[in-house]
Amino acid sequence: MNKELICIVCPNGCRLTVDENLNVIGNKCPRGATYAKQELTNPTRVLTSTVKIESKELGVLPVKTANPIPKGKLFDAMKVVNSIKVKAPVELGQVIYKDICGTGVDLVACRTIKE
Amino acid sequence: MEDIIIIGGGVISAFISRALSKYELSVLVLEKENDVGDVTSMANSAIAHSGYDPVPGTKKARFNVAGNKMMPKVCEELDVSFNQVGSMTIALYDEQIQMLKDLQKRGEENGVECRLLSAEEVKAMEPNISPDVKGALLCPTAGVINPFTLTAHAMENAMDNGVKLSLGEEVLDVKKVGDHYEIKTNKGVREAKVVINAAGLYSDKIASMIEPVEWKVNPRKGEYFVLDHYAPGLVNHVLFPLPSEKGKGILVTMTTSGNYLVGPSSEWQDDKDDMSTDALTLSKVKAEALMMVSNIPFREQIRTFAGCRATPNTHDFIIEPSKKYKDFINVAGIESPGLVSSPAIGQYVADELVAPLFKAKLKKDWNPRIKKYVKPLSLSVEERNALIAKDPRYGQMVCNCEKVSLGEIMDALSRSLPCNTIKALKKRTRAGFGKCQGGFCQPKVLLLLADYFKESPLDVLYDKAGSNVLDKEAK
Amino acid sequence: MLNKDLVIIGGGSAGMAAACSAYDNGLRDILILEKGPFLGGILNQCIHNGFGLEYFKEELTGPEFLTRFVKETEKRGIEYKLNSFVTGISPDKVVTYTNGEEGYVEVKAKAIVMAAGCYERNAGAIGIPGDRPAGVITAGQAQLYLNEYGYMVGKRVFILGSGDIGLIMARRMSLEGAKVLGVAEIMPYSNGLNRNIVQCLQDYDIPLYLSHTVSKVVGKGKLERIEISKVDEKMQAIPDTEISFDVDTLLLSIGLIPNNALLDNMGAAKSSTRGSSVNEHMETSIEGVFSCGNVLHVHDLVDKVVQEAAVAGKSAALYVQGKLPTHEEVINCVNGEGIGYVVPSRIDLDNAEDNIELKFRVRKPTKNCDIYVEYNGEVIKKAYKNVIIPSEMEIMKLPKNLLVSGNGTLSVSLKVREAK
Repeated sequence: MNKELICIVCPNGCRLTVDENLNVIGNKCPRGATYAKQELTNPTRVLTSTVKIESKELGVLPVKTANPIPKGKLFDAMKVVNSIKVKAPVELGQVIYKDICGTGVDLVACRTIKE
Repeated sequence: MEDIIIIGGGVISAFISRALSKYELSVLVLEKENDVGDVTSMANSAIAHSGYDPVPGTKKARFNVAGNKMMPKVCEELDVSFNQVGSMTIALYDEQIQMLKDLQKRGEENGVECRLLSAEEVKAMEPNISPDVKGALLCPTAGVINPFTLTAHAMENAMDNGVKLSLGEEVLDVKKVGDHYEIKTNKGVREAKVVINAAGLYSDKIASMIEPVEWKVNPRKGEYFVLDHYAPGLVNHVLFPLPSEKGKGILVTMTTSGNYLVGPSSEWQDDKDDMSTDALTLSKVKAEALMMVSNIPFREQIRTFAGCRATPNTHDFIIEPSKKYKDFINVAGIESPGLVSSPAIGQYVADELVAPLFKAKLKKDWNPRIKKYVKPLSLSVEERNALIAKDPRYGQMVCNCEKVSLGEIMDALSRSLPCNTIKALKKRTRAGFGKCQGGFCQPKVLLLLADYFKESPLDVLYDKAGSNVLDKEAK
Repeated sequence: MLNKDLVIIGGGSAGMAAACSAYDNGLRDILILEKGPFLGGILNQCIHNGFGLEYFKEELTGPEFLTRFVKETEKRGIEYKLNSFVTGISPDKVVTYTNGEEGYVEVKAKAIVMAAGCYERNAGAIGIPGDRPAGVITAGQAQLYLNEYGYMVGKRVFILGSGDIGLIMARRMSLEGAKVLGVAEIMPYSNGLNRNIVQCLQDYDIPLYLSHTVSKVVGKGKLERIEISKVDEKMQAIPDTEISFDVDTLLLSIGLIPNNALLDNMGAAKSSTRGSSVNEHMETSIEGVFSCGNVLHVHDLVDKVVQEAAVAGKSAALYVQGKLPTHEEVINCVNGEGIGYVVPSRIDLDNAEDNIELKFRVRKPTKNCDIYVEYNGEVIKKAYKNVIIPSEMEIMKLPKNLLVSGNGTLSVSLKVREAK
């Protein structure tokens, strides 16, 4: 069955159609084909969220996955994120949780919170 | 057992309470909303009418003119903004000149100073008026008033002098039992020797709890635009078109805070709680206003709102004891010019209708004033900094658009009159009234309320029951 | 009264970038005034990624992006004050600010950079019909509650406006467990970036209703229900097209407006962006007062904000050093057909760098078209665009030597090519 998607590589926003054999039509440039294949075989996203922090400055600490993780694991990863509690001080880039949901990707702090 | 229970906590109740607080009497006010002045007293044109318009001999004429005369002193005592800028009723057609003359005659009969202006005079005083203007009736004693603080400060003053208030308490039934009344509410049963029904839109329903009543209060909705603070001088007076059977028409005025107010429409409706706006009505309001002042900057719109007038089918205010009981007093159908009439109505009800029932004595230590609200920006820089040196909170800005400091917020929270909701705080201090409509300050205000009342931020209400802003902790 | 060479109003990305640039061009006596408790402004609550691709050539979250600028600011030892709100600026550049520690303080500035950002259009500004319950809030406010304070505003959410903040919040609230029932956009096209349409809506099966608006809000205390309707060409709701949604939250993502009251009150000339009118040095109509970032015109990317702010900071330094003379003769820049606005509003040719940057947005998505730059009626530059959309800000470099006399009018317009 053919799949339809919008290319996000540039503002053109080409409407792409991909068949079972991963042939892409509708793309104006080769980057569109690469994007479509990735989206259909292994779509990944960087997850950004917050974790609870004991701090005088903020109620929550912004965090992200250090690399993209499989799209299908976003909600599983959120369950882990929502169970985490940290205490200030925290440094930007500090690993908050290792290897989230077996993806091999760490969850890291996105800002420094001193106290 | 209270001496007196007042049902309703709008501007009329506030001024009855204040007038009663002069006497050695126990007074309790029951208000179904979470703040005083939260229905009709909040959503109106905020005009202190001069009194040229009501039919001579009516209660409307009597209390309007008397209330207008009291207003400067009342506002001084209660620290309420009142700009007595005068009103102009504008004629746009030649045939309306005769109507202006008739109104002038009526005004004179009511004892109101008013004078006819030629088209040239109007144009000189109101540079942005329609070039079609044919003349106007100028009433110098009319003005604009802050309706939010008028109600709140009158009630605060009453409470400083001993009146009690229960918010969120809705009256479900009233019964005469022997020599007193039993009032069933959502919170229990209250008892009082005298009941004053000042329940606004619902005063007919309350009155009919003790006897059948012939009169009715019909909700008549008015929709408005509010524009941001704009360079002063778009209009210098309260500008009215000629009144019709539908009311005083679409007015254009500056408010006490320097905003422009355009409205209201006039629509009869069945639902007393329906304060919704609709696009079609507002577009008619806009078109009508533009006929009088063609360059109103509607691009500066920051809010639309609607309020319901408590219009009586008797065409006049109802201020009298019930037929059966002289100790159950209806103060009902107080539509426009109710706001300006309120101090006079309060005084009349307290002194003429209630005090004689008790042969009540006056208190010796009654204080007509509230503690002044400190407004740092109205002080000189030296005075301001002396204040901030003592209390740094007056230097910390909470509301950017209206420049409201943390000190002013804490002051409002610490008064005798409760200020429990985001909306109540907005009405007291103007935090959230500006062009961003609380976009920046509402989160700060919400946390301040939670902190002050030692409750969870989840429990902070915007206004009515159930109006929690936050749903749950995310983590 | 204090004296400063340069006072910068706003310590967000624009303010910090302007300060660093002024420093790097020789100024030392600089003060940044920030109303909030942190440097970084709105980026503090923008915890999603996608920032910095142009400027740092890597993808950062908002807090990561702002931290880099905080480090640059602190490395240079630039003075800043937090929780300090500017209440006014006098015509002779005396800036008054207040905070709890110092009270009201007046600072006489030789130059001022305005970098106060923008605010969100809200329900009051567009007069959404119906009731006015709790639960109708701007997307940015919900973002602050969620990303800095840690609170969700609702369980069942609808979003009006397909601006990027609304789309980002659709994903954010979905991930945190809310049900987002849809997004309504009054225009026939989305106002957000394609990437956000795909990764914030399609990823979570959230429908986008184009040419729809909210026609009714229902709820006395908290929001209970909304209705959306299709709109006609005049953007008016068409009767009998209503779709009803039971929701407790309506997020508004309906545009941003420059927060420019301080300069408006000073009497600075306005532009069609609702910010001030500036020349190519970001100087307003008031000598020595500069403006940049979202208080000038709303940007699509923070990367472009910091680049613009660097120009403003450098210009302010040159002005203080007496190296930015003023001239009577200027070229006025206007937006022609199909173009929403052009920044700068004026070009002072004698002071201009070799290349002048024209920034503009088109009014609607257009394919197969040319951007024309005309100078006193003559086409001096033409650029082909396969596709151009309003949600992206365009930057066009114009060589100074194309502008000869130094006065007259420059206009930017868009023309669609005939189909072959």
